[in-house]
Amino acid sequence: MTVAVIQFGGSNCDRDTVRALDTLGVDAQLVWHEDGLPADTSGIVLPGGFSYGDYLRAGAMAARSPILAEVREHAASGTPVLGICNGAQIGCEASLTPGAFTINRSARFQCERVHLRVENAETPWTSQYEAGEVLEFPIAHGEGRFEIADDRLEQLEAADRVLFRYCRPDGEVTDAANPNGSKHNVAGITGESDHVAVMMPHPERCSLSDLGGTDGQAILRTFADG
Amino acid sequence: MTAYTATVTVRLKAGVLDPEAETTQRALERLGFDLVDLRSADQFEIDLQAEDADAARERVTDMTERLLANPTLHDYEVTVEAQ
Repeated sequence: MTVAVIQFGGSNCDRDTVRALDTLGVDAQLVWHEDGLPADTSGIVLPGGFSYGDYLRAGAMAARSPILAEVREHAASGTPVLGICNGAQIGCEASLTPGAFTINRSARFQCERVHLRVENAETPWTSQYEAGEVLEFPIAHGEGRFEIADDRLEQLEAADRVLFRYCRPDGEVTDAANPNGSKHNVAGITGESDHVAVMMPHPERCSLSDLGGTDGQAILRTFADG
Repeated sequence: MTAYTATVTVRLKAGVLDPEAETTQRALERLGFDLVDLRSADQFEIDLQAEDADAARERVTDMTERLLANPTLHDYEVTVEAQ
């Protein structure tokens, strides 16, 4: 039983993710995308970075690499799959999750700490949080603006598929607290089944107490239950 | 088989924010130019051999839908010309 953290050329949060999972007692290993998933894969992380140099669109190339067919099969059979940052872009490009993450409203790369409000605390990823709880997470992206057709977003909201929204420290969801212009401040969403999820903020960068925060641990601990 | 060049233009759907175009427009305005709006698009030129123009268009449309455009964000146009 191992969590496969898939490395593409240009991934750069892969080792951080393995280290964070190790620290939480979750067996994890780096898997080069051309090598395919290990037979005992019990969870999958699409990590952050700049796969294929963000050519064409962030995540576009990696989403069409052969290992994604294996990821899709695992997702369909219930394996937890989490896309973080570039992994979130890949997840949307691969249609594991709806919508797209595209160029920030600022047209700049942004590396900062943000606040997230837990919208749905009844998913495998968020069950250790309370609905409405405010978390502090780091973001580091140039293409993190969640974009989707308005009617589709209404459907997702009605189905409670928004995991997190960017918010103020007091939990109020405002435009000023939206770092990248994401529609309705969406920072993370689930796929058709809630064991598949993507998010732009980095849980692996706030899972070790010596990095200044541990709010992300609960998300990664989901893999311990898988 | 005939040699064709297909041109694929990929544009953001109406209503999708284009921060790079807005930045470019502001830069032109800072240079003193007077303009009302500016939109950006990606253009791909693809050389290929095909039975006829319809076959070339069909293959390039497939390429566009599979990779070059993201249906959440983009509309696209394909034109085909014999070389």
